[in-house]
Amino acid sequence: MAKIAMYWGAGCGGCDVSLLGIHEALLDLLDVLEIVFWPCATDFKYEDLEKMKDKSIDVAFYNGAIRTEENEHIAKLLRKKAKLLVAYGSCASKGCVIGLANLSTKEDIFDAAYLHNESTKNPDGIVPQEKAGDLELPAILPYLKTLDQVVEVDAVIPGCPPPTPVLVEALNALLEGKTTFGKEVALCDECPRKDTKPDKIEITKFYRWHEKEDNGDCFLAQNMICMGPATRAGCGGECIAANIPCTGCMGTVSRVKDQGASMMSAIASLMEEEMDEEKERELIASIHDMVGTFYKYSAARLLPKGRLKDES
Amino acid sequence: MSFEPKIVAFLCNWCAYAGADMAGTSRIKYPANVVPIRVMCSGRVDPEFVLDAFEKGADGVFIGGCHPGDCHYVSGNYRTRKRVIMMKKLLQEMGINPARLRLEWVSATEGKKFATVIEEFVNEIKELGPSPEGE
Ligand code: SF4
Ligand code: SF4
Ligand code: SF4
Ligand code: FES
Repeated sequence: MAKIAMYWGAGCGGCDVSLLGIHEALLDLLDVLEIVFWPCATDFKYEDLEKMKDKSIDVAFYNGAIRTEENEHIAKLLRKKAKLLVAYGSCASKGCVIGLANLSTKEDIFDAAYLHNESTKNPDGIVPQEKAGDLELPAILPYLKTLDQVVEVDAVIPGCPPPTPVLVEALNALLEGKTTFGKEVALCDECPRKDTKPDKIEITKFYRWHEKEDNGDCFLAQNMICMGPATRAGCGGECIAANIPCTGCMGTVSRVKDQGASMMSAIASLMEEEMDEEKERELIASIHDMVGTFYKYSAARLLPKGRLKDES
Repeated sequence: MSFEPKIVAFLCNWCAYAGADMAGTSRIKYPANVVPIRVMCSGRVDPEFVLDAFEKGADGVFIGGCHPGDCHYVSGNYRTRKRVIMMKKLLQEMGINPARLRLEWVSATEGKKFATVIEEFVNEIKELGPSPEGE
């Protein structure tokens, strides 16, 4: 019986649900594995984990990112106790949407969350404290970190959350001790709209997907940014099947390091070739949020120490 | 001691690199802060190279290519121009002054121009100071 652990770090919980979401496949897996730690689904305490022998867990999955001292502590503990440590999902591997928080300081985040926003009335200015009496909360780290920014990681299961086929393939591979799995082609390759992707695309204006009626063709051909060409296949084009362009949650194929840079490069090649510089500027200015568009899932990698502060 | 910026310059083989060479053979002086990297075409300069250079501590990144219409691969430099506009926007959002990235067209015969724009750029970066490092 392979011993496995699953931890929920700084994430939305969707990754935990995705593991339950493989349905019957989970029943088959339960025959060959033993869950020794999974706070979301079973009643284990941190002390139980601390008491385990080093390397006694065969595969430990870490989902969510690292935003608190507690997350960091458990990441290190799991590293010690497990033979294989796996970054499960986009938060753990790339920082994901919550990694966009690295564009703001911790103080700004607390201010927006607890003090100044449209839906909060907090006249006494009460903000959660790390210590109150004998109660203690884990400290929030200055910036969000991915798992591999803290400890060595043996394998990555991509996706926000990992789509079922990706997950089932990964789990089976990992239980056989394999740490590489998944497809090494771009999402366009398996996209339900791929037959409508023309050989030559000429972007003359950028539309956000609510700004234009979808004609059912490839989104890029409709001048809507779709991360498909820079995104790793595996989900089958879930979002596209729901008529939404891909935003890139699966990350990239392994030979590409920087998904955002790779997509920006692709977009520059798809814009009409000889437009004048003025028009180029105007067009690019209409992409409102470069980090949010091209680094939606990897801002924590782009800004590991937060937004920089250039003088002037 | 005055601040001597580190500048990475990606120069296309056919124009800007030849221009830099020309500056050298004509004994035109330009600041020694520049680390030239020869690429076949400015279009080879992936946005990733620029981010990598900054991550590794460059204070400025210079890209030199052929004048519009002169690219030996027809349209590489048009692509580069678009990428640079995008990169500047990204750098701004990241909190890096976009002036730290500069694109110039330099032909093989423009040794003088190469030296002038490099000098200008180095002075500009000296004004800006070192690249921000984060906490
Ligand atoms: S990767 Fe997505 S589903 Fe998983 S915890 Fe993060 S935000 Fe939630
Ligand atoms: S760009 Fe998007 S819509 Fe077009 S084929 Fe690729 S994944 Fe599908
Ligand atoms: S279409 Fe893109 S964003 Fe949607 S699930 Fe697939 S990879 Fe993720
Ligand atoms: S060959 Fe010089 S820019 Fe393309």
